Amino acid sequence: MKSTQTFDISHSCLLDATGQLTDSCPTSISAEHLRQAYATMVLIRAFDQKAIALQRTGKLGTYPSILGQEAISTAIGMTMQADDVFVPYYRDQAAQYLRGVSLTEILLYWGGDERGSNYASPKCAQDMPVCVPIATQYCHAAGIATAMKIRAEKRAVVVTCGDGATSKGDFLESLNLAGTWHLPMVMVVNNNQWAISTPRAKQCNAQTLAQKAIGAGVQGLVVDGNDYVGMAYELQKALSRAHAGKGPTLIEATSYRLGDHTTADDASRYRPAQELKAAWEKEPIKRLRHYLQTTGLWTDADEQALLLQVKADIDQVVADYTSIAADAPESMFTYLFEELPSARLNQYQQVANAAASRAVGGGSHHE
Amino acid sequence: MNDAVKDAVISSLNKQSSVDSVKSVTLVEAVNMALASEMRRDADVVILGEDIAVNGGVFRTTANLQKEFGNKRVLDTPLAETLIAGITVGMASQGLKPVAEIQFMGFIYAAMEQIISHASRLRNRTRGRLSCPLVIRAPFGGGIHAPEHHCESTEALFAHIPGIRVVIPSSPLRAYGLLLAAIRNPDPVIFLEPKRIYRAVSQPVPDNGEALPLDTCFTLREGSDMTLISWGAMIHETLEAATRLAEANISAEVIDVATISPLDMDTICASVAKTGRCVIVHEAARSNGVGGEIAACLAEQSLFDLKAPVVRVTGYDTIMPYFRNEQHYLPSTAMIVEAAQKLMSYQ
Repeated sequence: MKSTQTFDISHSCLLDATGQLTDSCPTSISAEHLRQAYATMVLIRAFDQKAIALQRTGKLGTYPSILGQEAISTAIGMTMQADDVFVPYYRDQAAQYLRGVSLTEILLYWGGDERGSNYASPKCAQDMPVCVPIATQYCHAAGIATAMKIRAEKRAVVVTCGDGATSKGDFLESLNLAGTWHLPMVMVVNNNQWAISTPRAKQCNAQTLAQKAIGAGVQGLVVDGNDYVGMAYELQKALSRAHAGKGPTLIEATSYRLGDHTTADDASRYRPAQELKAAWEKEPIKRLRHYLQTTGLWTDADEQALLLQVKADIDQVVADYTSIAADAPESMFTYLFEELPSARLNQYQQVANAAASRAVGGGSHHE
Repeated sequence: MNDAVKDAVISSLNKQSSVDSVKSVTLVEAVNMALASEMRRDADVVILGEDIAVNGGVFRTTANLQKEFGNKRVLDTPLAETLIAGITVGMASQGLKPVAEIQFMGFIYAAMEQIISHASRLRNRTRGRLSCPLVIRAPFGGGIHAPEHHCESTEALFAHIPGIRVVIPSSPLRAYGLLLAAIRNPDPVIFLEPKRIYRAVSQPVPDNGEALPLDTCFTLREGSDMTLISWGAMIHETLEAATRLAEANISAEVIDVATISPLDMDTICASVAKTGRCVIVHEAARSNGVGGEIAACLAEQSLFDLKAPVVRVTGYDTIMPYFRNEQHYLPSTAMIVEAAQKLMSYQ
């Protein structure tokens, strides 16, 4: 017997856990790029802590922390072209922020308000909203990439998911289509080792998640997702391929979910404490700061200035968020269809009238 | 539908049948004509599905379209229904107008999450920033001696989803006009084609690019003693029942609901106000079906117009039998006539 095909999966790590570069820094990643990326990661980590605090004090709904995965999301936001389309999962606050979604909008969404997905910035006008049903966004990404290909545009789609999503049909069907139709897609699997309480080893017996690409004729690779430099570099290459019509790439970005699944979860019920402790040693922000400081690209004064700015920015975001009143109840009808069918006018009137009578101090049968 | 529109539609239905210069086509051909017509008019219309391009679809509804419009606008997809529905959402969010075919309604359930959780709500969850101008077509219904899973009538599952429209044509003319309307509609439409009558009748359908309204029933026959309400393939048994009832001096009005969701209760209530009696006929299982919704609306809105209980003639609450017994499941003309005659005893 001889083999008909052989495959391998590469693993990339440029900036190791101690903050040392294992190779020279790619020329496509400038010092200014790294400083901006670092500042973003610090901002998003502080924002994340504030969001959890808001939830704990009853000012926000259930919220999924991005703690520990800031490098992956930041690298996506830093490397995408403005006219590319981002199709996020729900742990992509950094990429969304860099695409133009305001932190206030992110809070508004998790604060139970649909307007949080009506992004005001024209920069992210075509980006999809956060996708809660697991992996379903992969199909949307494939459809968006299909539209780009039909129109012969030099744009690409970046879509993300967690490790659990790779078990779903939506993921596999979309990966298969991306390969079959040579779609301009970059698929990032944010392998944070846990799907709520299900560890990576119980999700799938494959040695890597990236190798799922092989079955679809797609290029797949593993990147240390806590290595900002390597992550940004591989994304740049994958996006260049997509823009040049050279097809899709699947990147398995390995990381670790340092927080709970969401604020409704308690990971201490299922996650070994020593595993969490070890994971903190590899987290992404510390290693990038170490690299920037040892190469003279970041000073203590820079750090102090950044922390002050971050605090001021977040205070403003929270002030803006808490000042926004709930939308009118009848808005549940306003965006159901472009034009509300006449068959729904009675119900619309009912909710509007109930709201109006509450406003003048009357009761409502819903209360 | 208001009276003026209704009159225009009825008169056009009557007029068309007497125009012999217009090509006479089946429902399958009318679907094909509508797709081609709209693809010529609007470059954003793209069609996709399993076996639809080279093969032209298993029922040939998309025959020859790839030849005319090329392989960028007529796409054979991999065999994956979740994917088909999901990529239409993505394509539509980019301003294309995708028309996807699910080969049989029995295979649409894999696409349900994409339809319920995404297609129906993308506009709402982005407050109008993005939208889903898409159509998902599927042949549905029994009576063609097909294998299991090929005979479903589960329109009620879709009618229960807010944010989508459900449309069912019952003639070539309405298939053409309603499909044009569905494609032009800026929101998602589930378009269910009654495959039992795909080739049952031909009628002249002018390829004039004129869409029919999407929020209205069609009154196919005027009557004064009772209202027979149906949709899809059962319209034919219902019309036949009306003819037999006329022979017994019972004057039945026949309404083709056509737009299952949103329902045009104005037309139905106006008819029942005139006739005082109502039989609802559908092929789908009875309980929790669209007939139940119509009956409930009549109870709420037309109780004092009714001389008799609203009755339903429907499929049973069973799994659709395989084809050796499917005729025992499908409502018959005789069953409709019998139900109608019983109602005449109420004065």
